[in-house]
Amino acid sequence: MFAVEMKNISKSFGSVKANDQIDFAVKKGEIHCLLGENGAGKSTLMKILFGLYSKDQGQIRINDKTVKISNPAAAIDKKMGMIHQHFMLVDRFSITENIIAGQEITGALGIKIDNKAAEKKVKEISGNFGFDLNPKALIENISVGEQQRVEILKALYRNAEILILDEPTAVLTPQETEELFKIMRSLTADNKTIIFITHKLKETMEIADRITILRDGKKIDTVNKDETTPQKLANLMVGRNVLLDVEKKEKKSTGEIFRLEKVNYKNPLSGLKLKNINISFKKGEIVGLAGVEGNGQLELEETIAGFRSVDSGKLYFDSQDITELSTRKRRDMGLAHIPSDRNKRGLVGNFSLAKNILLGSEWNQQFKNRFAINFNYLNDYTEKILNEYDIRYSKKNSTASELSGGNQQKLIIGRELSRASDFVLAAQPTRGVDIGAIEFIHKQLIKMREEDNAIFLISAELDELLNLSDRLLVIYEGAIVAQGKVEEFNEEKLGLLMAGHSEEEV
Amino acid sequence: MDILKIIFSINTFTAAIRLVVPIALAAVGGAFSERAGVINIGLEGMILIGAFAAAVGSFFSGSAYLGVLAALGAGVVLGLIFSFFTVDLEADHVVAGVGINILALGFTTWLMQVIWGQKGASPSVSGLARIRIPILADIPIVGELFGCHSPLVYLMFIIVISGWYLMFKTPLGLRIRFTGEHPEAADTLGINIRFIKYFSVTLSSVLAALGGSYLSLGHLNWFSSNMSAGRGYMALAANIFGQWNPLGGFAASMLFAFTDAVQMRLQGMNLNIASEFIQMLPYVLTVVVLAGAVIKSRPPAALGNHYKSNK
Amino acid sequence: MSFNKTTKDIIYSIAAIVLALIVGAILIKVSGNSITEAYYYLFYGAFGSTYNIAQTLLKTIPLIFAGLAVAVGFQSGLFNIGGEGQLYWGAFATALVAITFTNLPSIILIPLALAVGAVAGALWAAVPGILRAKTGAHEVITTIMFNYIGILLTTFLLKNYFKEDGPVDQTRKIAEQAKLPEIVANTRLSWALFIAIIVVIIIYYLLNYTSYGYDLQLVGENIDAAEYSGVNSDKVIINAMLLSGGIAGLTGSTMVLGVLHRFITNFSPGYGFTGIAVAVLGQNKPLGVLLAAFLFGILEAGGMSMQLFAKIPADLMTIVQGLVILFAAAPSLFKILKNKSLVFRGGN
Repeated sequence: MFAVEMKNISKSFGSVKANDQIDFAVKKGEIHCLLGENGAGKSTLMKILFGLYSKDQGQIRINDKTVKISNPAAAIDKKMGMIHQHFMLVDRFSITENIIAGQEITGALGIKIDNKAAEKKVKEISGNFGFDLNPKALIENISVGEQQRVEILKALYRNAEILILDEPTAVLTPQETEELFKIMRSLTADNKTIIFITHKLKETMEIADRITILRDGKKIDTVNKDETTPQKLANLMVGRNVLLDVEKKEKKSTGEIFRLEKVNYKNPLSGLKLKNINISFKKGEIVGLAGVEGNGQLELEETIAGFRSVDSGKLYFDSQDITELSTRKRRDMGLAHIPSDRNKRGLVGNFSLAKNILLGSEWNQQFKNRFAINFNYLNDYTEKILNEYDIRYSKKNSTASELSGGNQQKLIIGRELSRASDFVLAAQPTRGVDIGAIEFIHKQLIKMREEDNAIFLISAELDELLNLSDRLLVIYEGAIVAQGKVEEFNEEKLGLLMAGHSEEEV
Repeated sequence: MDILKIIFSINTFTAAIRLVVPIALAAVGGAFSERAGVINIGLEGMILIGAFAAAVGSFFSGSAYLGVLAALGAGVVLGLIFSFFTVDLEADHVVAGVGINILALGFTTWLMQVIWGQKGASPSVSGLARIRIPILADIPIVGELFGCHSPLVYLMFIIVISGWYLMFKTPLGLRIRFTGEHPEAADTLGINIRFIKYFSVTLSSVLAALGGSYLSLGHLNWFSSNMSAGRGYMALAANIFGQWNPLGGFAASMLFAFTDAVQMRLQGMNLNIASEFIQMLPYVLTVVVLAGAVIKSRPPAALGNHYKSNK
Repeated sequence: MSFNKTTKDIIYSIAAIVLALIVGAILIKVSGNSITEAYYYLFYGAFGSTYNIAQTLLKTIPLIFAGLAVAVGFQSGLFNIGGEGQLYWGAFATALVAITFTNLPSIILIPLALAVGAVAGALWAAVPGILRAKTGAHEVITTIMFNYIGILLTTFLLKNYFKEDGPVDQTRKIAEQAKLPEIVANTRLSWALFIAIIVVIIIYYLLNYTSYGYDLQLVGENIDAAEYSGVNSDKVIINAMLLSGGIAGLTGSTMVLGVLHRFITNFSPGYGFTGIAVAVLGQNKPLGVLLAAFLFGILEAGGMSMQLFAKIPADLMTIVQGLVILFAAAPSLFKILKNKSLVFRGGN
């Protein structure tokens, strides 16, 4: 019997058809993967199921009964729970408060919250499924894996029988992912149904019972795991034959262009310390940094960019000591920066495409006519980049916020790689970008390498790192715990190093 | 030294307890509004409208209590309007708040001329008589401080304490705080964030208006143009200083009220300091408090945010 | 159908003022007056004679400066509500120069007096600016406080050091050469108008065509992207406040040199606050501010006429201002009205 049936679901946002007549059915007690590229419509479909979005047309049936789900309260009422990609947790509240809000346990008169009873219930449920959490702990003090478990507890506290997980492994190490899979299996052993949204082929092959593939808002197919392979799935996701690996030629790297020497930095807010970082970057070489997000990558990125000053140690760019040098001067010297958070750092949503291309270069004489900005030149320059990087936009003076995520990323990459630069700091360059654009971006990075640039690639995607890097580093709790030629590493080894195991153990 | 004795006498503290009413009530209101994520710069206008409505109500009915009721009604209406603009129409909170203040000033001054034909002040209206609480009033010192006040003063104390309880001990309070920290998370938990915001903002407006009624019916017994005189802004600063907690907001408001009381006493004395400097005291204090308080403060994470249930 | 953003902005602004005037009309009716009579005198007061037109333009001038000051602040992400205090300092400083350096020729004295006024206004805005940059203290509250403090301080200084003998709290008259030449005889409408328009053009150019302006807008739009680009946000914020305060200072300076010919306490009918409505209606753009200021000039001049002849309190115009701010700050209002009207006509 089907726990969930979605029939003929359509949803548009303005002129974009996010879901186009999708049929989707999930059997009770199964783990069903909803697979597709970024922007395929998976999240939208599930947000409709959970009542966060309203559908334009179609029907939803839960346990063979037609239902109307107009808001999350109704979804929760139907025993559904959703664990979002970006956690819906309040950092400064406790685990208990985060779990009970909206369905609080009150005292005798119904006025006061009964904290003790609530904490007891939380401990009880977590015990049932093998979690171990301190109900009084504050969210900001627990690990990412634990936070995810709190999200699952939120659903279980509300007696969820159907659980929707949206890209849950994006923030986990391979080992934590295994733990999550264990929990999922114990939930389905209890006859709960799980819908698992993902774009990762390997995980899908490991955990799914059945798989539904979405592409461009349409449902392509539903298959049994046993009857398919990663290559078949990739082709269905993209609609053509996909090159899963990129071609990289042998290259001899030339001299050193950038160096971090004995760098130490303490993040005053989180307490995370960068410890004794020593990295050398050579021209014509891609250096990759592997690690679970939150282990110091952001601090490292921002120290190199100049947003943060080191506590001790030095940075050298082209043999010059730039430790005290401002961001602007570093950029003028030849630093290109693809930021990890494109919306926060890399773009100004309300600015036009041309003004976004100017970002970071607004004082360069190249774009000026003595005192004023030369908009004619800027517009031509922008047009060239839009063409070269195949960036899709609706009208000439679109703002950056009107582009899709993938096109926004291409705009940033086009801007940064077109500058006269020697050192490219690329942090999460393909995050939130669909496979077609990923291919393109990888090719561009390889091209930069051919042209003798040094590239520092910080990424959460192990495949990307293993594919593109010449040398690889692993960061854990602010320290570089392993360094070497890419050939010396594989996914399993990286996973263990990323989780804190020492090189000898691995 | 005589001056210090006069400044720190019981009389001054008692006066401060009276002067704190509009500021403290507005500060508690501000705490609720901002905890739910809505910046309420319009408190100044809401106090003013409350003062005006109370005077009008008392004038036409002859009863001060009906005047207070009128102020509450005006507070509800203004609160709903402000909620509509900030929550449903997603207007910038600060701009909309400034608009409310200008609107309130214009509206009260205009209507005052329409009703009474005067521009500076209204005629006298019946005010709220002070109540003397037996037994309490007879205790030395404490009795002088708390024993004999307008009923609104006692109401203020009740509101401050119940406000704190509501915010930190009840389900509604948890949901309000959740909404101001992470409205999207609150939404996914089934919390009706639109209701929460409307409720919190309207509550803030009602409390501010109630505080305003004290100005025209308790403190003086007439309405004069722009009589809020910046108290709404002081309430905002008090709220920040009090860390968005009704109890803290009250304590911080007492600081402003005390300064106000001191300023009034100093004016009555013949000192060598020009009156302008004395009058400046509360405003300078506000700036000092803000500059100091903000460094260590932690406002609700989603303050000013416009997230709405996506439909 | 999709309009480009500027057209949309203009439509929203026009709709805001129309809606506000409609509400104003309702209030006029409710208070027992005739709407037609009221609006007749409004337009007569604004355009009915050369003198009236001059009055309209006269009222527009300070609003151009005040609105521009707020708009510049807004573009960099700051709410400068302190225009009132800043213009008092501008007026005071300009008056001091104009009553002291009576030997200088016009060509030096006028620019000097104006420059000093602008600097005074800038410095008065600097403190809230620095507090905002260094401590994060919200400039809305600090600038409002500085309004009270600024007015009290200038009054104190006037009364104790610069007061002319007599019952009125004012300085003596400024030097003849400091007066701005009149454009229309006997109206006090002076070159201040040209100065205002020139300042608008300069600011327009500065904001839209220079790297400095780009960085200012960048800080206002996305301060993290500003850091990414290498901008020193603290510096930009303080500079923006200085610029905003300087323009606000000119509001008072031009009043002194063009109209009052001395400094008088409490001379401002709230230009600093009206300036906010002007900036919001003008969508925070220099050219928009110019038009919006003119519109409010019409309302102010017409409002006085309305009060004189139709006995409607001029404070009605303050109500209209407040409504304009509310309506102009909520563009979604018009989307809702548009959808409702489509539903009415049975559209999809």
